[in-house]
Amino acid sequence: MADLERHDYDVVVIGAGGAGLRAAIEAHERGARTAVVCKSLLGKAHTVMAEGGIAAAMGNVYPEDNWRVHFRDTMRGGKMLNHWRMAQLHAQEAPARVRELEDWGALFDRTPDGLISQRDFGGHRYARLAHVGDRTGLELIRTLQQRTVALGIDVFMECTVTRLLTADDGAISGAFAYRRDSGQFLAFRAPAVVLATGGIGKSYTVTSNSWEYTGDGHSLALAAGASLINMEFLQFHPTGMVWPPSVRGILVTESVRGDGGVLKNAAGNRFMFDYIPDYFRKETAETEEEADRWYTDKKNNRRPPELLPRDEVARAINSEVKADRGSPHGGVFLDIASRRDADYVQKRLPSMYHQFKELAEVDITAEAMEVGPTCHYVMGGVEVHPETAAASVTGLFAAGEVAGGMHGSNRLGGNSLSDLLVFGRRAGTAAAGHAASAPAAALSETALAEAETAALAPFGRQGGENPYTVQHDLQEAMNSLVGIIRTAAEVEQALERIAELKVRVQALTVAGGRHYNPGWHLALDLPHMLRVSECVARAALERQESRGGHTREDFPGPREEWGQLNVLCTLFGDGIGLHRKPLPGMPPELAEIFEESG
Amino acid sequence: MSYEANLRVWRGDADGGELQDFTVTVNEGEVVLDILHRLQATQTPDLAVRWNCKAGKCGSCSAEVNGRPRLMCLTRMGTFEPDESITITPLRAFPVVRDLVTDVSYNYDKAREMPPFVPPERDADGNHRMQQIDVERSQEFRKCIECFLCQDVCHVVRDHEDNKPAFAGPRYLMRLAELDMHPLDGVDRRRLAQDHFGLGMCNITKCCSEVCPEGIKITDNALIPMKERVVDRKYVPPTWLGNAIRRRRQ
Ligand SMILES: Cc1cc2nc3c(=O)[nH]c(=O)nc-3n(C[C@H](O)[C@H](O)[C@H](O)COP(=O)(O)OP(=O)(O)OC[C@H]3O[C@@H](n4cnc5c(N)ncnc54)[C@H](O)[C@@H]3O)c2cc1C
Ligand code: SF4
Ligand code: SF4
Ligand code: FES
Repeated sequence: MADLERHDYDVVVIGAGGAGLRAAIEAHERGARTAVVCKSLLGKAHTVMAEGGIAAAMGNVYPEDNWRVHFRDTMRGGKMLNHWRMAQLHAQEAPARVRELEDWGALFDRTPDGLISQRDFGGHRYARLAHVGDRTGLELIRTLQQRTVALGIDVFMECTVTRLLTADDGAISGAFAYRRDSGQFLAFRAPAVVLATGGIGKSYTVTSNSWEYTGDGHSLALAAGASLINMEFLQFHPTGMVWPPSVRGILVTESVRGDGGVLKNAAGNRFMFDYIPDYFRKETAETEEEADRWYTDKKNNRRPPELLPRDEVARAINSEVKADRGSPHGGVFLDIASRRDADYVQKRLPSMYHQFKELAEVDITAEAMEVGPTCHYVMGGVEVHPETAAASVTGLFAAGEVAGGMHGSNRLGGNSLSDLLVFGRRAGTAAAGHAASAPAAALSETALAEAETAALAPFGRQGGENPYTVQHDLQEAMNSLVGIIRTAAEVEQALERIAELKVRVQALTVAGGRHYNPGWHLALDLPHMLRVSECVARAALERQESRGGHTREDFPGPREEWGQLNVLCTLFGDGIGLHRKPLPGMPPELAEIFEESG
Repeated sequence: MSYEANLRVWRGDADGGELQDFTVTVNEGEVVLDILHRLQATQTPDLAVRWNCKAGKCGSCSAEVNGRPRLMCLTRMGTFEPDESITITPLRAFPVVRDLVTDVSYNYDKAREMPPFVPPERDADGNHRMQQIDVERSQEFRKCIECFLCQDVCHVVRDHEDNKPAFAGPRYLMRLAELDMHPLDGVDRRRLAQDHFGLGMCNITKCCSEVCPEGIKITDNALIPMKERVVDRKYVPPTWLGNAIRRRRQ
């Protein structure tokens, strides 16, 4: 393979979002020769879109806050399905990870004492989200990007990894990729690979996710022999835009509610009061008066039901719309205009103001927004060791949205950005450590040739359909059949459709050449999307209960026995195999935290 | 509600290309990027265009619409007459890769030349302390989504390719100002701004500020103050005085 570009590293990080960049910085600082590979330009990964903030119990606004409270909120938000050790490490280490961003130039909003300010978000007992207006993700990614550049870490932008390479003993030996601009192929030889590829939401029609979220890392991990955990749990964020149709799904940050916005139905009622589940009743306000007092006096009042965890709010909105109490375009109203003055809204939510003005011609300081659920985040991901972020495949690590276990059945807002930092750093440490002790195996020339043949296959076929049609049909199937409310019959139907789509993907054709050809790129992403969608559907069929981001109309409510079980997916020939695995037991000193009064 | 729009899209690569005419359906509320996606799905599957967020947050979808540098995801079709033909071309200041995608490595090269942020020690309790009013100046510049529209429109490089080695462009001159106004940074980059990054070549036409989708007042708030600081290196404006003293103490 003469025209193959070859590189040798100790650690190759796939993904340049918060998790990937944090991992690369750490690996580099520990002396590993490190490269970052990403599909878009540097600084454009999903992390840039995050709005609300980074959850960390720094106690800057409420000194009562500490890691135990954050741990408790996280586990309860995930309906106790989280890996307790990940949730513990996350809560303990997040404050230090946020503070170190300041050493690298980040400028968070401040408290009057000059400390990092923290805001309220759903499911968090105290104001806990470090933020910069509503563009926190931009601050996070730019800070890490500038740090990465300052350290001189090699970044391969607009390169897509299509395969992980493994040695005879099954350990990681590197990765195979193509350059999106030229179509040139690349081989990375490295004993350690960190997956930080983000999520899978592009398999849905209504989503806050971009073209990048095709589940590549989930799928690459499966193919290398790793297992995925919790794939039935998808987070439908309660507030996506619903109008005009072309912006349907674009996120409206939870900060709107954290900063005082409320949800109303067509009759003008704050319907969330009708949807408070028993599980959260003790900590939720019963009257509008109490809810409103909470914003200024959290000690003597309970939180508004609008700030229940996302799964609860999304289901409530879904029910209101189904009961014909929705807004004109099939959502509900999110109103901050009548509750906070225009100055406050523009200061706290500048990018939301801008987004509605530009895209929907709505002035959010004067009128209510129309919002509805949108596919936002995948709780499921690569099963990893909590301390090292290591997958079951030697030399493979995973951090960020692509990793599973941390968030259980539902993620709290703000807990992703902190997750990226905590486990990105841990993955970088462990990957560098592994590379120092494990020599890089030689790459198999046969495997490289195979990878190249597979990547070029779509050009060799004639007369098939175009990849956009197949993608569209997959999105429709997942959106309508494995969405926010599920039934066995519909999920089975989705699996049939996926099987048909797998055949169609084998036959599709690509027009044009290898230079910056999005049609070709999509053709190579589609098998990942199908594989991961199949995991979601199979796991959703398996779990016969409703919990967090998985609601079965035919099995309402949580079931005791399922509260002790994870569903694992592995690759089994060309299909997906399922296993049930008991949750790891929580040590008594942590279990105690849940007995303390709510 | 729907209508058929006339689109003229530049297609080609480094060796040349041309405007091609297309007729595409437009629905209510759609933006230029939606129309290009429809083109990809129905007529030109290999049309090269960058995008990510579709909400003006990532700065990927920059191009020139009727000759004006814009984010295509924030350019509503409703701002044009239905019978108007809309011309979409790649950013002119950068070499074409293919169709609407340009080689923006000039910008990433300039970023690599930037001397990094250098913080002081933290306070004894592990925190850095800064007042909101002191962080706000640099925060304005940190809103930058690196769409490079300002880099594209600035006449210093737009029509003079040979100026590129000596001129960092508004985005990176603003980055120098951002670091200069950062309450914690301890490096003086003023000489570098002038001698290496070409601050003197900017003649404050404000074209950069006009195209910035984030509404950053690049010229007024970053470039002009930076020029003043460079001209009189002894002059220290009152708002920075406190920090300068603190920095000296450390
Ligand atoms: C609109 C929006 C708002 C959000 N707001 C918040 C918030 O306020 N707080 C919060 O905590 N969370 C928030 N989230 C969630 C959070 O932003 C994401 O979960 C998080 O940024 C994911 O980071 P990551 O590092 O895992 O992946 P990403 O940032 O998505 O990065 C993935 C990287 O992997 C690369 N990649 C993928 N596949 C390949 C491949 N095959 N080859 C090479 N590279 C590849 C991509 O190019 C990209 O660089 C929000 C999400 C969205 C969409
Ligand atoms: S103000 Fe300066 S940097 Fe901005 S466009 Fe004019 S010359 Fe260029
Ligand atoms: S300063 Fe404005 S125009 Fe320039 S790159 Fe940043 S966001 Fe774009
Ligand atoms: S797609 Fe992100 S700014 Fe346009």
